[in-house]
Amino acid sequence: MSSRTVLSSGDIDRAITRIAHEIVESNHGTKDLVLLGIPTRGVLLAQRIATVIQRHYPDFNAATCTGKLDITMYRDDLAKNPTRTVTPTTIPATGIDDAVVVLVDDVLYSGRTIRAALDALNDLGRPSVVRLAVLIDRGHRELPIRADFVGKNLPTSRDERINVQLSENDGETSVVIES
Amino acid sequence: MSQLKHLLSAGDLDREAAIGILDIAEEMADVNNRDIKKLPTLRGKTVVNLFFEDSTRTRISFELAEKRLSADVINFSAKGSSVSKGESLKDTAQTLEAMGADAVVIRHHASGAANVLAHSGWIQGSIINAGDGTHEHPTQALLDAFTIRRRIHGSGSNGKDLSGLKVAIVGDVLHSRVARSNLLLLNTLGAEVHLVAPPTLFPADASKWQAELHFNLDAALNDVKPDAVMMLRVQAERMNASYFPSEREYSRIWGMNADRLALLKPDTLIMHPGPMNRGLEITAAAADSKNSTVLEQVANGVSVRMAVLYQLLSGERANIDA
Repeated sequence: MSSRTVLSSGDIDRAITRIAHEIVESNHGTKDLVLLGIPTRGVLLAQRIATVIQRHYPDFNAATCTGKLDITMYRDDLAKNPTRTVTPTTIPATGIDDAVVVLVDDVLYSGRTIRAALDALNDLGRPSVVRLAVLIDRGHRELPIRADFVGKNLPTSRDERINVQLSENDGETSVVIES
Repeated sequence: MSQLKHLLSAGDLDREAAIGILDIAEEMADVNNRDIKKLPTLRGKTVVNLFFEDSTRTRISFELAEKRLSADVINFSAKGSSVSKGESLKDTAQTLEAMGADAVVIRHHASGAANVLAHSGWIQGSIINAGDGTHEHPTQALLDAFTIRRRIHGSGSNGKDLSGLKVAIVGDVLHSRVARSNLLLLNTLGAEVHLVAPPTLFPADASKWQAELHFNLDAALNDVKPDAVMMLRVQAERMNASYFPSEREYSRIWGMNADRLALLKPDTLIMHPGPMNRGLEITAAAADSKNSTVLEQVANGVSVRMAVLYQLLSGERANIDA
């Protein structure tokens, strides 16, 4: 098995900074902005993006406008895998009705996770807009879903594995392709 | 965590599995607090509630849990079914199997009925014991443990057990499946269990149980200073002999009342699995006090049963041994 690093820690920091600015730009500011990360690494990415936004736009409160969206119960492959552990879902105390929700995940692949996330959101409230930010878009979509903010487009074959590591969870920060 | 197929006894759960279910129940409790109380998780699964014995809260609680997980629910009660024409448990089970039930929640007046259903080969689905005779009632034990954990640890409950806590179970231990299941689960979760009852209402082998036995309620409450007191229902319908002289005497010596409440630490939980015999094992003063968790137990029952159904029915079924 060979592996090569496609994004270094610095590349990832720059991608996150760019995504943060793109999010604020497309929203014409930080009004009603809510970042919801999809566990595990989407949550960490959402927190990193929120930190960058808060640094440049102090009226944005990273702590109260960032949450976690667990999608386990909404997956379409529950019957095909061993029972999965459920992690907490936390959304801002003000709810997500009429908010501009940005879903954050590490890798966009088949699109099925995002489909599940949209269903989960639907049960939590009615956002005015839902957008999608991902660190890596590796292609091979199985559903008509696309990302609004992408760190890096990474054409891959289905045999390859994309391994996103973030220092909070994995000790180091990098994106590695294994084949 | 090894995948469970059935939940027949609270003893089926090791510490990790029990905490796993309680943690999932925390997430289910969040779902039960939001506007849209529905998850698509068990879409397309059929769950049969097979009740040979009367029940209000357990049956409604299971039904609500199943519906909130989007399962198709069939309610079967012995009254008004072919059981009253003499149909056997075997034929009833095979009928449900033929209709494609993925899980059967069974309450039966005979101890061991759930076990028979699980291991007879009559039915392939998961079996959940919702009370069998005087034997076990595992989901009640789980919801009691969940209620204690939430009151003690609050929002930091995830991953925690009940170690260091003292729980007194008081009353009709002899006929109580709730007491047996709680004894097993509380021990698994590290709590210290005290059983308090008149000698006539202890089973013959109680001395071998992993619990301390007490024969005087006031002395036990004074000495133990429990963190939670579970009052058991006096099961008059199962009493075919005189276990105590009169209801008035039972209430005076073994009932939870305002005077005994005063003996306890101010934050001790007063629990009751319901239905309560008000004025017999528990007075209104105790049942309606701020220490009482009776209604919390009912609300938590739905969350815990959703967690059990999720744990048993989601996931790949093929390589699980019956």
